[in-house]
Formats: sequence, C-alpha cells, structure tokens
Amino acid sequence: MTAKYAYYPGCSLHSTGSEYDVSFRAVCEKLDIDIEEIKGWVCCGTSPAHCTSRLLSLALPFENLCKAEKMGMTNVVAPCAACFARLRTAIYEAAEDSEIASQISEVLESPLPESMNVLSPIEIFCNHENIADAVKRQLPDLKVVCYYGCLLTRPSKVMQFDECEYPMAMDNLLRSVGISTLDWSYKTECCGGALALSRTDVVRKLTHDIFEEAKAVGANAIAVGCPLCHANLGTRQGEVEKEYGTRYGLPILYFTQLMGLALGVPLKKLGLQKHFVSADALLSGVSKE
Amino acid sequence: MESTLTITSQSELAEAVLRESGQNVNLCYQCRKCAAGCPISYAMDYKPAQLIHAIRLGMDDLVLNSKTMWLCASCETCTTRCPQDVDVAKVMDAVKIVALRRGIKPTVPQVASFYKAALANIKKCGRMYELGMIIGLKLRTFDFFKDMELGAKMFKKGKMKIIPSLTGARRTWKIFSRVKSIEEGKRNA
Repeated sequence: MTAKYAYYPGCSLHSTGSEYDVSFRAVCEKLDIDIEEIKGWVCCGTSPAHCTSRLLSLALPFENLCKAEKMGMTNVVAPCAACFARLRTAIYEAAEDSEIASQISEVLESPLPESMNVLSPIEIFCNHENIADAVKRQLPDLKVVCYYGCLLTRPSKVMQFDECEYPMAMDNLLRSVGISTLDWSYKTECCGGALALSRTDVVRKLTHDIFEEAKAVGANAIAVGCPLCHANLGTRQGEVEKEYGTRYGLPILYFTQLMGLALGVPLKKLGLQKHFVSADALLSGVSKE
Repeated sequence: MESTLTITSQSELAEAVLRESGQNVNLCYQCRKCAAGCPISYAMDYKPAQLIHAIRLGMDDLVLNSKTMWLCASCETCTTRCPQDVDVAKVMDAVKIVALRRGIKPTVPQVASFYKAALANIKKCGRMYELGMIIGLKLRTFDFFKDMELGAKMFKKGKMKIIPSLTGARRTWKIFSRVKSIEEGKRNA
C-alpha cells in the first residue's frame, strides 16, 4: 500500500531545521498519518531561483512533483513554508500560463503531472478528526503567539491558505491540543527572510519589532512553521538583544514540537535541545515527568 | 480622414518587465499601498510605488541602479494588497533579471552574491549544502569573519552538515543547463 502523503522535506529540514523534520514525523506517527519521503528530491530553488529566472524557479518544484507522481501519489506535504509556497506557485503558474507550462515540460523532458495537490501540515492536522482525544499532556504554563510569517499565506490568490492578513489555522490547531495562543498583530509580518546572510541589519530590525510585540502581549514562546523564520528569530535573538540592549529569552518552537509535547511524544524525540534560546525553563514542568 | 498615428505609451523598460513577469505596471494608479506595507521600504532609496512609476516613465538608469529590488525580501505583502492586482514582488524580480542581463553592477552586491552562491550550490549539489554555500558566499564577498561565531554554534548544535548529500545533483545540473539554453534560445528568436 502506498502512503497517503508524499513528504517533501526540503533542504532546511535535512540540516538547519532538522528538529522540524523529527517533530513533524513524530506527530504524524502519533496521529497515524502515513507519509513517505519523495525519493531523490531536489531543492525547490527558493528565492535565489525566482529572483533570477522564472523558468528555473518553476522547473525545480515540478521536478519534485514529477517524482512524487512516479511514486503513485498525488498529495504532497511540504512543512517548510518556503518550499510549500514554491510548490504551490509552480502549480498555479503552470495552470495560468500554458506557454510557461510547455517550457517547464521541455526542461524536464517529461509531461507535467496534472492533479497534484500540495499541502501544509497545518492543513492536514486541522482536518484530522478527534485530535483532542490524542492529547496526553497538559501545558498550562505556555502562552504562545503563532508567527505565520510571509509565505504560508501570501500571495493569497496562489496560496489559498486561511485569511492572509490575520490567519487563525495554527492558533486553532494548537488550541485544539490544549495550548493557549494569544492574539497579536505581527502574525504575518516579515522577518527579513533570505536577507539573513546578506543584509543582517535588516533582519535584526524586523525581528526586534516582532519580539517587542510578542513580549508586549505577554507571550513566553513563539510558534513557527518555517525554518527560515526559525533561524532568524532563534539563532539571531542574542544578536538582537545585544544591539538593542534588552533581553527577550523567547524560545522559538516549531508548531509540530508544541503538538508533539501535547500528544505525549518524549521530549528528547522533539529536537528541543537544538534551539539557541533554551526552552528548558519554560518546559520544566514537563521535564520533571 | 482617419488618423493612422499610433501612440506608444509603453516604455521599453515596462515592456521588458511585462515580458519577464507578465506584469503590466501601467495598471498602477499610485495608491502606495505597496510602499506603506513594505517592511523594508525604510531601507530602500525608492519606495516600491516610486520604482513602478519610474519604470512606466522609462527611467532605466534610476530603476536599474536602485537598491529597492535588491532589498526586497519577497514577503509578498505588496502583491497581496495591490488593488490593481499588480504582482509587485514579481516586478521586483523582473527588474533584477533585466539589470543582471544588461550587465549592470548590483547596488546591493551582497544580495546578488548570495543568489549566485546559492544557485551554484544547488546546481552542483542537488540540495542546498549550507556550509558549501556559505564558503562560496564568503569567497564572493571577501567578508570572511561575518557570522563566524553563529556558524560555530550551529555546528555544535548539529544544525549544519559537514558532508553534502549530492542526491539529485546530476538532475539539477541538467535542469540548470536546459533552462539556460531555452532562455537564450528565446531571447535570440
């Protein structure tokens, strides 16, 4: 029997965001969601591709969709928000523009798969029945703000993911497993994304604004669904604190890690030790179990 | 008598942007929602709406030597909010592509170097090999000490691979070359 979803991890989940990979797999296992990694997948091209060649930026995602189709699957799950956006954009643009579709097919020397469906794990988990019944741990100390970033929701006509200015899908998902999430106005503000390595000053300014707002509403952790957001908010938080002479100490957790905690996955199986901003104090109640 | 006069209102640059991105900048009526929503407009020399206006006017030098498109983080806020459905982020991509093609030196060279290092890396490795990409970037920018401490910490946390996987590298090599030849063929046609 083939798996229900073809899993496209993307480059980050195999390296800098490996805790997203392990926690996503752990949650799927808990919920009996059957996933299978796409064999021989390649990079989706991300921003450097679409900033320099439209054809390349669409051909790379389609290469992966072709590979999923060869495995006999039509549903692809892409946890990385940037991969998710590139895969959905490729399908959207090929459907809108037959000329570019035939060029992509010429590049790949293969007909394009027609009925592929790309999903974020948030969509899959939200549609999962009786998720509340699977909850094994109460996490009353957590006050989380959900940070969706740019690419889960934008551009809305392509992504078709929730309400683009004030999404609630991740909030509702975490609330369904008993985690409190707070309202705040920076859900979809940009963290600077790929400017991290080239214009780090911009990233520090944007993430500073995000931390300030998260603190102002009383959050003690930020939930994310994008490895680039995670890197900018997590690994550079110390730099921001130094530059602005302040202290946030806000652990940045993938929403799958939070779900894993609620569903009773052992702590060491969630990759929590990989974070730059330690969540140990916040989760001290859990670790005493 | 019927007039045979044709009025061409489209600048050559606007035409090039249309070819590259399918976006018609003449639809813009300067509401400036793109500029208001842009999280990086504070660091740009021209706001997105100003750049669009300059494209319409055919001010090639100003547009192609601007920092605006290089600082764009592709967050798509402008695209989402444009009441005229102009995909502003795609216009930014198109301007970068036109600038690179005309051999204009990027005004924010670190960003262009990052694109080059990342693409060379994906082409050769199939999947992004971060360590290799960062070394490639440093060789291009000569900024060897930037983020050294951060990189060391990432290693310690096991967040960076030492050996690339090279899965799919033959395929990406081929895809990159075929894209290049198709694009060149299209331009020469």
